Amino acid sequence: MPENPTLVQRLLRHQLLWPVLALVALLVINVVATPTFLNIRMQDGHLYGNVVDIVRNSAPVMLVALGMTLVIATRGIDLSVGAIAAISAAVACTRIVGAGDEAALTTAVMACTYALIACIALGAWNGFLVSVLRIQPIIATLILMVAGRGISMAITDGQITTPNNGWFSDLASGFVLTLPLAFIIALVVFALTAVLTRRTALGMLIEAVGINPEASRLAGVRSRTITWTVYTFSGLCSGIAGLVIAANTNSVNANSLGLWIELDAILAVVIGGTSLAGGRFSLTGTFIGAIFIATLARTIPNIGIPSEVNYLFKAIVVIAVCLLQSSRARSVFRRHRSVTPGPAVPVAKGIAA
Amino acid sequence: MSATTVPAASSTWDRVKGYRPPSRFLPVIATLALFVGLFGAGGVRYEGFSDPQVLLSLLIDNAFLIVLAVGVTFVILTGGIDLSVGSVVALSTMIAAKTLEMGWSPYLSMTAVLATGTLLGLLMGLLVHYFDIQPFIATLAGLFLARGLTYLISVESISINDETFTQLAFKTIRFGDYYVRWTAVVALLVVAVAAYVLARTRFGRTVYAIGGSESSAMLMGLRVAFTKVGVYVISGFCASLAGLMFSLYILSGNSLHAIGMELDAIAAVVIGGTLLTGGRGYVVGSLLGVLVLGIIKTLISFDGTLSSYWIRIITGVLLLVFVVVQRFASRRQP
Repeated sequence: MPENPTLVQRLLRHQLLWPVLALVALLVINVVATPTFLNIRMQDGHLYGNVVDIVRNSAPVMLVALGMTLVIATRGIDLSVGAIAAISAAVACTRIVGAGDEAALTTAVMACTYALIACIALGAWNGFLVSVLRIQPIIATLILMVAGRGISMAITDGQITTPNNGWFSDLASGFVLTLPLAFIIALVVFALTAVLTRRTALGMLIEAVGINPEASRLAGVRSRTITWTVYTFSGLCSGIAGLVIAANTNSVNANSLGLWIELDAILAVVIGGTSLAGGRFSLTGTFIGAIFIATLARTIPNIGIPSEVNYLFKAIVVIAVCLLQSSRARSVFRRHRSVTPGPAVPVAKGIAA
Repeated sequence: MSATTVPAASSTWDRVKGYRPPSRFLPVIATLALFVGLFGAGGVRYEGFSDPQVLLSLLIDNAFLIVLAVGVTFVILTGGIDLSVGSVVALSTMIAAKTLEMGWSPYLSMTAVLATGTLLGLLMGLLVHYFDIQPFIATLAGLFLARGLTYLISVESISINDETFTQLAFKTIRFGDYYVRWTAVVALLVVAVAAYVLARTRFGRTVYAIGGSESSAMLMGLRVAFTKVGVYVISGFCASLAGLMFSLYILSGNSLHAIGMELDAIAAVVIGGTLLTGGRGYVVGSLLGVLVLGIIKTLISFDGTLSSYWIRIITGVLLLVFVVVQRFASRRQP
């Protein structure tokens, strides 16, 4: 490699190249299917259009994925995010329904505060299991994943609770500065996380814990506190996501709210180039990954396939991304390429799907 | 613990007195004690709970979960995890329902179901072993793939009206006043075969060796690649077999079937005493784990005042207890 790589070389080696290309490819497919796909129109001072819908719908996954990124950077995983989202929504909605003045702003604010405090506690519980009891992250969070939906149903008493509060539904359908409020919330959390991790030493410490917890502890990093913090943060993020989802439908169904969002979030993180082996993370990558997933969900019905089939496409994306990241697969493909120049192409196609 | 003397009850009194079960059986014995305790508590509290038919119904109602848990046990013993099994069950019910609707013979349809599950397992195994993709992610892809295929076949629910299927579903084996269905027999057979394979065959011993330490197993010259792919194939096969049994139980194919069933299966395996880090555990434990989960369900339905969501909460608490106890037990004996 030359000392001063040219712009093109730097671009080609940039870790966000593949996610961005995949996103662009999806948008191109959409524009081919529906030429007016990218149109945005102004109505009553708000922006409307497919792109606006995509960024709004990406908010819950983005929120969960931001917390998940930090957890994965410490070589952990948080499977309980969907259950925590359901609990958060259940707490908020039952408090709104049970309040004296159901439609008041203070009711909505208090309900959301209670919900988020509950989620911070649940996140801290996960952190306790992982950092103090040293249980494997996948098992520690599995416990809450199993029990969480039961807890959420216990809170709503097994009913589908429908709150009636305009301020609360604004979380999902409201607009601020012509943009959807849900997306703004996700953006704010994204910006705060980025500043906290990249403008302070926190990000480096998290990566140090992910690379080798024992070595980082010996080097003076308080790895236990760091681990505890990232799980608590993940709980908080899932809680906000749960509120947005509940506000979107104005109801809580403890069984289905946030179902499989943990998988979508992990997918967003992986697409963004964060390694599941821990030790390095990219918040911008996660951001693009979440937008990619929301775009994919929009693309499937747009090109005339039933929207439920998007699981199939997600599977293809997971496999393609993992193959791209796996050094084993790369070496296999490289060996083949030196014989015949063919097999590298299917991988590129895979990610475009 | 009174249950500790059960395995040697038939020998002489001295040996009974001096008997201490090997520590590797302790988790399974704890689960057995829990099961007996729960059954006893139910028998004391509720009228008709101590009827043997309650136990047989437990087997019938959880037959598919037993088969599922057996498959997952193999994967977990190697230190992996299989998240796809619930979706494979849904896919199996859908393939069975759709092919029967298209007029396939029931046996051809069953073969198609089993072949699909096995093939999916093979694919995941290849991804895990040859491309170094974490089991968690590879089977996550499998989860999405199977669920997506299910939706691709049909978004609507399809009912199964085939005569062979309905006959199989309702056929009973009677012993006097009591009966079991064929699915329960199949489940117990699967447990027996799996226990034999794990304890007595080269393949089974390699499974434990990989769970203990994959690199050591490799250096010992064991067939790591074959075995590691093999456990996912077994898990896929068991999941599709469980799917067939589930379609007999519920007589329809639906893409919303079995959501979260992989969690039940994994929970049953953990409650059965298998270490999630691999290398230690028994399929009999998984059988007991399923029965413990099942008896909690039965207790709740006998009680009538508790809502069904308590099952999830209690399962979570049990998981917590077992995981924490395992954690401290394995710390004491490194």
